[in-house]
Amino acid sequence: MAVKRGRGVAAVNYPTGMNLGGDPSQALVHSTPTGSFMVTLSSVDLGQGLKQVMAQICAETIGVPTEQVTIDTADTDTGPHCMGTFASRGTHRIGNAVIQAAKEARQVMLEVAAEALEVDAADLETDGTGNILVKGAPQKSISIFDTALTAHFKLGRSISGRGMFLIPRSYPEVETGAMKPSTCYAHACTVAEVDVDDETGEVTVVSVKNVFEIGRALNPRMVEQQLVGGSWMGVSHALYETTEPYYPNRDHGGTDFNEYLMPGPGDLADTEIIVLERPAADGPYGAKGPGEMCANPQIPAIANAVFDAVGVRIDMLPITPERILRALRDQRAD
Amino acid sequence: MKLAKEYFADQRQDDLNELGQSRQRSDVPGHVTGKTAYFADRNFPGMLYLKMVRSPHHHARIRGIDVSEAEKHPGVARVLTSKDIPHNVYTILILIQVGPEDEQVLAEDKVRWKGEAVVAVLADSERAASEAAAKVRIDYEVLPAVFDMEQALAPGAPLVNEYHGQNHYMYDSGASRKVRFGDVEKGFAEADHILEQTYLSSPIEQAPTETTGCIAVPEGNDRYTCYTNTQAMFFTLDNTSIILQMPGHKLHMVGGTVGGGFGGKVDVTVEPIAILAAKLTGRPVSFIYSRQEEMQISSPRAAEKIVIKDGVMKDGRLVARKVTGYTDAGAYSRHSPYGAQKGAAHYPGPYTVPNVSVDTWCVYTNRTPSSAMRGFGVTIADFALEVQMDKLARLIGMDPLEFRFINAYRDGDMKAHRQKTEGAALIECMQEAARVSNWPVADRYMKMSSYEGT
Repeated sequence: MAVKRGRGVAAVNYPTGMNLGGDPSQALVHSTPTGSFMVTLSSVDLGQGLKQVMAQICAETIGVPTEQVTIDTADTDTGPHCMGTFASRGTHRIGNAVIQAAKEARQVMLEVAAEALEVDAADLETDGTGNILVKGAPQKSISIFDTALTAHFKLGRSISGRGMFLIPRSYPEVETGAMKPSTCYAHACTVAEVDVDDETGEVTVVSVKNVFEIGRALNPRMVEQQLVGGSWMGVSHALYETTEPYYPNRDHGGTDFNEYLMPGPGDLADTEIIVLERPAADGPYGAKGPGEMCANPQIPAIANAVFDAVGVRIDMLPITPERILRALRDQRAD
Repeated sequence: MKLAKEYFADQRQDDLNELGQSRQRSDVPGHVTGKTAYFADRNFPGMLYLKMVRSPHHHARIRGIDVSEAEKHPGVARVLTSKDIPHNVYTILILIQVGPEDEQVLAEDKVRWKGEAVVAVLADSERAASEAAAKVRIDYEVLPAVFDMEQALAPGAPLVNEYHGQNHYMYDSGASRKVRFGDVEKGFAEADHILEQTYLSSPIEQAPTETTGCIAVPEGNDRYTCYTNTQAMFFTLDNTSIILQMPGHKLHMVGGTVGGGFGGKVDVTVEPIAILAAKLTGRPVSFIYSRQEEMQISSPRAAEKIVIKDGVMKDGRLVARKVTGYTDAGAYSRHSPYGAQKGAAHYPGPYTVPNVSVDTWCVYTNRTPSSAMRGFGVTIADFALEVQMDKLARLIGMDPLEFRFINAYRDGDMKAHRQKTEGAALIECMQEAARVSNWPVADRYMKMSSYEGT
């Protein structure tokens, strides 16, 4: 009887957005009288940080610091339609809608600045810190603060924009299944290392090394929090969780966090995250949706590592000590 | 976390200012100091609490419902049954024309899973609502139930859901969503080895910190405000509008920060009944799942059964892959027909296989309806595919990672669903994984590219 170490690998891809498309999101952007920008949505932030990344996307597109952008969302009286926050679609779909709205608002902003500076709008650029400059002659400039005041009080213009993103729905061909499920895919490869106690069947995840390709890391620290959380969830899915431990039997389902097993802080593996960026052609600044994918590759990587360690295949999730011990018993009997 | 900028450097312009920066989330100080407001932090004068009376049986006919004692219980304002629901039979995806409507908001003639909602009790306090709920008398005739997908699909099985007429979803392509590419039988005939394996999973819970819930408030202008933690505001509004036969302009959904979703809050299970109760009583109504309801009543990730048959050559090339996937939807569709479809689109995984045949089924059984959860349609498919890849590599005596390099999809490759691969990056992910884990991989694989020379 001994603790045996093994390692396993798995590689996956994952489609961004609702399968087969047809899932719209819209955004509105407008400036306040003093040149702050409001982004109005009906999208829901689930705690993953949707509001922050939308503020950064809007700021990047208009050419202002992120602090100048406020996100007003999750209200059906004020926010335009969003299909919802699911299917790894938030950053991709809503981000594209915000870009379109912000581009339109930026164009109006530059037109107003052009009128104030008596130049052509095409000759203007933003410096990213709150000013609009004439290209090649930066001494000739106007602040976005003054530009907004000019629009509101002198020119009677609305610095605003409308954004919409929709991938047309694909209908699968009934005989062949020819279809367009998604426009871009994120990728991952995970190597997991486990210790398996062949006396108790207990699995300890020693390390999880995850490589994720996500198009573009729009806010690397927020990407990291999502990927680390996803990796943890994958480990939990592989080894612990189920609402029906003896499926298809309906009995013995957990009803609280005492009975529904998940790894605790002491069970956390050494987790490594490496991010690759191959921008998606239709992603907002190249971003894809890694939100769901990041919890997937750990599951088969751990299953394969368990086999590498003790030579038994557990082809049913979760991989519990009971299943490992039964398989080891069968292995010895053979 | 490491950003490995050396990969795809020629595919990217690193010219961003506000993006690509690790700015602190503006909502984080609120989260860590306890100032972030969630929907349930609101309290309204005169608020009622909704408690659901649920089926104790997996499958039963309802012969009668007696709410008279419950109505007399102190503090009870109203008791609702199916007769109070304007459009009682619904399905969420009817909004995008995925029918039929197959689920009763409150069960009227039958219950099809243990935990199904039958009667809603509204009272001044949670305690009074729970006590009154215990006084509701429902006369059931217990029916045979089916829990196993194979048994559900066998002739003579109890019929779970009459709105479907058989124990599986009917796609426009028939009993399964199909993908057919090349000639899978010819591929098997040519293969050096055949491996057929079955993979299984159990349902799992989204397990958000904050349970599903809402508070519905009747406003003075004949509108209803609903504070909710739904993941999809208009999905909820539009489905509520259908179920309550109430014009959309009378409904106002207000969300905010949600304490975790993971797909469990894409269903529309609390808002319609809470808003109806607010309308019928003229009082604010709170309906929040207990942890027990979140664990066993709200939709889990579906259990799946996946059978994969592969044909592989000694040199490592996959030449045929046949997949039959079964999704256990439980008693109702919710998002499961979509999940099974998503699985069909996902196979054969991120590999180029010349002969592919896929059938995915959405099967009805007498259990808690499954629905959306992080990665559904794909997560369990990836478990099955990647364990299968490991087995295949060992079968032909090849390193599992090198075996994947041989079959990895690259730009321009035709997928089984007949889209050309674009933006592939599997090879580079595997190269970096090999580097970081010191996994020995032959030089020729470390020099491969997803896009160069394709």
